[in-house]
Parts: sequence; C-alpha cells; structure tokens
Amino acid sequence: MFVIRNGVVRPGLHPSGWSGLLILLALAAAARAQDRNPFANDPKAVDAGKSHFRINCSMCHGLGARGGGRGPDLTLARKKHGNSDAALFRTIHDGVPGTDMPAALGSVGVEMKDQEIWQVITYLRSIEIKTPPPAGNAANGKALFYGAAGCSKCHMVDGKGGRLGPDLTAVGSSRSLESIVDSVRNPSRQLADGYQTVTVVTAEGQETKGFIMNEDRFSVQMMDTSERILLLEREKLRSFKKSSVSLMPPYDTTQLSDKDLRDIVGYLLAAGAN
Amino acid sequence: MGAVNTLLRHSLVLAAAVWYAGYAFGQVTFDRLVHSSREPQNWLTYSGDYAAHRFSALDQINVENGHSLVAKWVYQTGASGDGSNGRFETTALVVDGLLYGTAQDGRVFALDARSGRPIWKYQRQLPTDIRPCCGRVNRGLAILGDKVFFGTLDAHVMALDAKTGHVVWDVAATDYKKGYTFTVAPLAVKNLIIISPSGGEYGIRGFVDAYDADTGRRKWRFYTVPEPGQPGNETWEGDSWKTGGAPGWITGAYDPVSNQLFWTTGNPAPSNRGEGRAGDNLYSNTLLALDADTGKLNWQFQFTKHDTHDWDATEVPVIIDMDGKHLIVQANRNGFFYLLDRAKGKLLSATPFGAVNWTHRKDAEGRPAPDPDTEPTPEGRRLCPGAYGVTNWFSPSFNPNTGLFYVTANENCDIFSTAPQTYEAGNAYYGSAYRPADDSPGQGAVRAIEPLTGQVKWEFQHVSQSASGLLSTAGGVLFTGDAQGNFILLDAAAGNVLWHFQTGGEIHSGPMAFAVDGKEYVAITAGSALYTFGLP
Repeated sequence: MFVIRNGVVRPGLHPSGWSGLLILLALAAAARAQDRNPFANDPKAVDAGKSHFRINCSMCHGLGARGGGRGPDLTLARKKHGNSDAALFRTIHDGVPGTDMPAALGSVGVEMKDQEIWQVITYLRSIEIKTPPPAGNAANGKALFYGAAGCSKCHMVDGKGGRLGPDLTAVGSSRSLESIVDSVRNPSRQLADGYQTVTVVTAEGQETKGFIMNEDRFSVQMMDTSERILLLEREKLRSFKKSSVSLMPPYDTTQLSDKDLRDIVGYLLAAGAN
Repeated sequence: MGAVNTLLRHSLVLAAAVWYAGYAFGQVTFDRLVHSSREPQNWLTYSGDYAAHRFSALDQINVENGHSLVAKWVYQTGASGDGSNGRFETTALVVDGLLYGTAQDGRVFALDARSGRPIWKYQRQLPTDIRPCCGRVNRGLAILGDKVFFGTLDAHVMALDAKTGHVVWDVAATDYKKGYTFTVAPLAVKNLIIISPSGGEYGIRGFVDAYDADTGRRKWRFYTVPEPGQPGNETWEGDSWKTGGAPGWITGAYDPVSNQLFWTTGNPAPSNRGEGRAGDNLYSNTLLALDADTGKLNWQFQFTKHDTHDWDATEVPVIIDMDGKHLIVQANRNGFFYLLDRAKGKLLSATPFGAVNWTHRKDAEGRPAPDPDTEPTPEGRRLCPGAYGVTNWFSPSFNPNTGLFYVTANENCDIFSTAPQTYEAGNAYYGSAYRPADDSPGQGAVRAIEPLTGQVKWEFQHVSQSASGLLSTAGGVLFTGDAQGNFILLDAAAGNVLWHFQTGGEIHSGPMAFAVDGKEYVAITAGSALYTFGLP
C-alpha cells in the first residue's frame, strides 16, 4: 500500500493501515472523477459550457469552436491531444506546454474550475460533428501531394516536404475538410499564422520575396522562396512591404479537380489521425 | 579665536550633516514627497511626483549623447519571465542610493542602486486560492518614513522596514476569496497609505482605503460603489451595486494645494454585460476627487457610463498647470483624451487620440456618448477600440519643458459577444466574451499630444501593440519600449529614434530615472529582470 507523509506518496506500510486505505480510496475516487463528465448530456451544462467557452476559449478557437487564427477546430471528433473525456479534461486543465494553450487556472485571461471545464466539454460534445463528410482516396492523395499537385514543394507531412508553408502533419486533426479545401482554393482568405508574405528591396536594389519568421522595429528575419533565412536590418532596406496575398497560388478546378483535392484532403486527414 | 570658532562651527555642521545622512537613510518625509522636484536623483512615488508626470529633471542623458547609452547592471528577480502568469510590472523607487521594487508573487526587494546588488529580499507566502484576473503581478511600492508599503495578491496591505525588509505591520483589507487582490502601487500622502484593489472581473465592490503609515490602522474607506441611501446608488439596478466592481487598480495623483486625492476606477461588474445593472453605474470608470484627510468625495467625473466593453478608467490621471489653468487630464482606454478643470471636475474637452467607432455624439456635458448599437450581441459586434483600449494602465508622461503629453496608443478592434454568467463569489464574472476582429490593426504607437488642444503633434510607430509606459526627462528625451523587447530612446520634440536595446523580454511597465554619485541611470523591467542604463 501507499502512505502519505508530508504530502508525498511513498511505498510502505503505515501503522494505522485503515486510515491509509481510506485515503487511498479517496484518491482513487478523485482520480475517477477526473475521467468522467458528471454533466454528460445535461442541457443546462451545455448552456453554461457555451458561456464559459465564449469567455475563456473563443479568443483562439472562435465563437462557435470552428477554429480561429491560433486554435484548432474543436467540433471535430479527431483531436491532436485526444478526444476522450479524460483527455479533453487534461488538455483544458493543464494546457499544452510549448503552445499558446494555457492551463485553466493561474493563466492570464483564462479561469475555469473543474466544474466549468466539464461544462465546456459538455458543450463541445453537443456541437461535435459525429459523421464528417467522406474524405477521398488517401493513397492517391499522397501521390498527388508529393507529385503532380506540387504540395510538398512548400508543405511538410511527417518531416518530408518544403518549409515555405505550414507543416500539415496534424492539420487533419485541427481543421475540417471544408476549411482545408477552402485554404487550397482561396489561400489568401486567411494567411496561416506565422506566414505573412513580405517583399524587401535591399540597399543594393535586390528584390526578395518570402515570409516573415520574426520582426521587430529594427530587424526582420525572413525566409525567401529558396528557403534561405535572411537576417535584415530595417534601416538598411530600400523598401519593406508586407502583403496579405499568400505565397501559395490559388488552385482552381482546372489545376486541381475536386476529386483530386478530396483525395489530398483524405491523405491529410489520415495523416492527422495518425 | 573667531576663526577657530568658525572652523569648529563648520566641523560641527559637517559632522551633523554626516550623522544626519546616516540617520536619514530611508527616511522619506511628506515634505520630501511634496517637493520631490528638489531631489531629481530620487524617484519617490510610482509616477515620480504627486502630479504623476513621470518626468525626470535629470538631463545628463540627453538628445546629444543618448545614442551612446550602455547597460549598467541587471537584477534577476527569480520570478517566471514568460508572462504566462503575469509580467514584471513594477516601477522602482530610489531613495538616496537604495532602489526598491516588487515582482510577481509577492516579491519585494531592495538593491544597491549603483551596483544592483541586493540588500534584502522579501516574499509573501500566498494562499493557493487567490484570484488575480490578469496575472500574479504587482506594480510597486510607496515609501514614507523608514518603511515601504505594498499590497498583496491576498488583499493585505503591508509595511516593511526599508532597511531590513522585516514586516512592520500586515493588515487584511478585505476577503481575497471574493476576488479581491492588490496589484497597485500605493501612494503615501501625509501619514496615510492610499490603496485600492483589483477584482473588477470578480464582482467585487470597489473601494479606496487610507491606512495609518505607523500602525496600519485604517483611517478611512471610500466605497466606489455607493450603497442604498448614498448618492449614486440610484445608478444601479436592484442589488447589482453589491457586485458592482469599480476597482481602483492604478496609482492616482495628489494636489497638495487643495489636499485633493485623484483616483480612478475600473469597469462595472460584470465587465461586459449591462443586463441587470441598468443605469450609469457610478462610480465605475470614474475620476474621483477625494479629500485626502477624510476620503470625502469632492467631485467625480465618469468617463464611460454603463460600460459594457471593459474600458476601465484606470489610466494615470495627470495634473497639469498651463496658461493659468489648473487642469487634470487623462488619456482614457475608450480612446479619448479628456481635459478637466481640477477644482470642480468640469469637462473642458474630449478629443480622440486613436481609432474610435463607438460614438458619434456628445452628451450635454460634452462627454462622448455611445451610439445606440454598441452593446455585445449573441453573434458578436465589432467595436473599436477593443477591450484592451487605445491605451491602458501603462503610464503616460508629461514633459513641462516641451509642454507635450506622451501616451502609448494602440489601434485595435474586438468582436464583443454575449456570454451570460451568474455571480458566484470568487468566480470570474465577465458576462461577455471578446476577441480580436479579423481586421483588427493590432498596431501600437507613441503619440505626443498637445494637452490644451488634444491634437497629436507627432507619432512613433511600433510594429505591434505595446504595453510600455513612458518617461520623459529634462534631457529632451523620451523612453519607451515594445512587445518585442526593445527599450527605445526617442527625441521628445520630434519622436525620432536615438537609441535602442534588445532586452529579450516584453516591456510591460514604465521606465524611471535616478542618479547615484552624480551619474544618471534609467531603469526598466523586461522578462524577469530589471535593467539599468547610463552613459559609458
């Protein structure tokens, strides 16, 4: 059995075994409580969770949880960090280190106690898309992605591909099929976070196009279309122009048929599921 | 004989001066605070003086030599510097070679201002269930006599021995479990320590308190939300006054001539939902003129009535005397620069200093009044500025030499949408949600405003929004910072860049200046460190 001394759980025998057992049982019950949603299918919890979601989550995930500039679409049944009640609770409660996803308590701009987290999960279940539209042929999509469609010239999946566009390895678990299709047909509608297009002209008159990796008032770090990292001082540039037009060309149906695009999306969804 | 007597007399005076200097270590009298301009080597209050100018009369660092500034020393607080649970927001105080500051999670420290070496450190043991809405932050101290004073995140007011950091007194102002915290730097006036809580996101009932500096006994309290029977309670629907918010979480100003304390308040609660609290909701988003001895209200001016956009008026109010006029001005979060008569609180002008789309009319007093369709809606309504405001708590600066008022101004627009909540003590209580509009500019700048006209004379653009306070000096320069970590020196007359330094952490506080051994220093916090700069 385990005993608790000074707040630390240690293996060993406790002189008063019953109290140790009771504590253990209490801990086990508490642990189980973290795994199951006490508000499952409760309509009132859906409304409360919707409010908590709007206040705490919509900043990144959008008002209807369909994804925003920074956060993934949470109406999808696939989720990068797990879609079980326990996994969702853990993700919301603890946050995701290394990302913008904060912990539910103690972080600036977010504050949800356990009950409120469960209410948010109840709300998310109520808007979850149970049967997503059928995707295309993943094998053909993969061939197109790395071949005729040219996607891999700029995008990576599983470490293979280019660097000029977002890594698409996990896009299938963060964005809906419709959203991915729209980004291919209309890539400039919303530039991916961190991929602002820029054109600079150096003091010598050389024009270079690429995307901004970072910038401040005095310097710019960019990647050009040859994947070279350029470190520039603003005051030495002849011109510096940002653009909301994506480096990615729009693919219309003459360049990429609806069927082929659905196959590519099928590949991305399958990759995301993995 | 006479010569000997003269020599003896001089020796005695010198000895007395040396003795006094030793004895006077840390002794800050009310008279010194009133006449702080006589000792520009020191920085004695949050804003540098009672008028809240955040102006230093030091001129060693100036337009000609500012390009050559170098880092002098850096102090690491040990607090988390990534900003995930609050940033390093203190404005340090300097008294006779000692620098005092606060940092996140109840840290207080005293340093050798010449070297940055610690003299003492204190950290409060905080309960685990405190409710700071916006980070575990603190913006600084007050100093009076031989004590420094600060507020804690569990709503205590404390006095520490300025020489040792030992606790002299510790008073619970209110119940932190209901969402009250202290993040503000208190203000010492006469023998009183003035302080006001944060907690407008928790449905607190705000107040301004005054504590006896010697004993910690509370001398007066002014509730910023009046109870039934008091003037102003009629501006609240039903019992909504009980959770009305109106916290005073930024340090005010003081006019020794009229003995008026000027303190501002934040949003009504719930912060973004007007249903259930119909009325103007006094004294939320208000500039209060209080009698410093009694806390009695002399006059008040409410900037944003019945606010539903989180436009706290907790921006530093600045006392200005110009062209024979006795004024108090504020660059408000709602996007307007307000000019008021200081004696009676009469509005003289209100001029936008950033992009504003919430008003196209003024009320009978000349106050910008909201258009009919500005409330949050279920599907969301776009409004400029967003909740962050055109400016916010970070300090402006007024330079009496240039006659210009400098402010950090951010252009932003939010989508405000409804999200009903019921009040539960100690729980967040917003009642609405907001997020940046897709087309929000997200652009920041320093703007130099002519106070009497409200016109912007020049602007310096940042690459994104900035939360940096400003410092102007008699050297004709202006210090600012940006979200990318640059600490920047501008020419105060025209706004061109003279120098910059990459600190490696977001600038999220206000600069201050001091001198030791006749050498001028400028200090700023960034990340988890306090940086100082001076001439080589």
